Amino acid sequence: MELFQNSVFFGIFLSFLAYGIGLLFKKKLKLALFNPILIAVVIIILILVSLNIDYDTYQNGASFISCMITPSTVCLAVPLYEKLDILKKNYKALIVGISSGVLTSLLNILLFAFIFSFDHATYATFLPKSITTAIGMGVSEELGGYVAVTASVIIITGIIGNMLAEVICRVFKITEPVAKGVAIGTSSHAMGTAKAMEIGEIEGAVSSLSLVLAGVITVAGASVFANFW
Amino acid sequence: MKYLKQFCIIISISFTGEVLNKLIPLPIPASIYGIIILFTLLCTKVLKVSDVKEVSKFLIEVMPIMFVPPAVGLLKSWGIIQNNLWQYAVVTVVSTVVVMIISGLITQAFIRISKKERKK
Repeated sequence: MELFQNSVFFGIFLSFLAYGIGLLFKKKLKLALFNPILIAVVIIILILVSLNIDYDTYQNGASFISCMITPSTVCLAVPLYEKLDILKKNYKALIVGISSGVLTSLLNILLFAFIFSFDHATYATFLPKSITTAIGMGVSEELGGYVAVTASVIIITGIIGNMLAEVICRVFKITEPVAKGVAIGTSSHAMGTAKAMEIGEIEGAVSSLSLVLAGVITVAGASVFANFW
Repeated sequence: MKYLKQFCIIISISFTGEVLNKLIPLPIPASIYGIIILFTLLCTKVLKVSDVKEVSKFLIEVMPIMFVPPAVGLLKSWGIIQNNLWQYAVVTVVSTVVVMIISGLITQAFIRISKKERKK
């Protein structure tokens, strides 16, 4: 579609429109499956493919939205600071919880590498899957994984976390706000944290801390685990 | 002016984070350096929460939509994923859910044990 080729606002408009439809779906059908991010992605992909619009035409404008991810992540320091007393009070639980989450993730990937007999590159691709995209891609590259696939897997992880956080916490009776925050931030980085922020202030602050710590611990942990397969 | 100033602070910190990311040979992205910088500035009282309050609240609130464009990027690596779709899907879904459950339950158990100890 040549009409849209040089439009900056096409990508931005489409993203907002699709996300808006996603929010409507979520409001009408209160099911975790109807996650606004997931719905928006499906709608946009369907539109791009069916109208035969180039991916770059979309990103041309949409990149103006995604470039705000870094400044927004920086802002997570504010709730983190405001809830500092809660973090201090629970520091042992936080360290144990986040480290156990990182270890679980790495062990899980090792187990799957064994079950599906992955080659080393595929194994390295999945090792950093639970952490924020920018760190994860760096780790994957360092260990010889497929960086583009790592990026996709991390994003799908984020969507799943964003989608299932509330359901899982309910089903497994994770009711302590601090524990919820650790669960969400450790398993599904910034995309999960966005959901934790909607659930509550403590959950959001703890999830922010978890995404930072889990990211840093995984850098070290993944380089050790890379030798195991 | 208030919003302009707040936005300016947040963007400068993001930029500083980006510079650090380029200078320091570690796979730590700009956003993580940025959180640490802003957090330190708040803790050391160089900045007050009110210096960034409104803009940070806004940015955090609209954050979910920012992940839509990178997620659409899946379209590009679809070719590689397609061949092993179900394997990749199983690994991703199962490990995300398992990590969430285990880290949540362990943290909760730890909090409850220390609460009991405090009561004694």
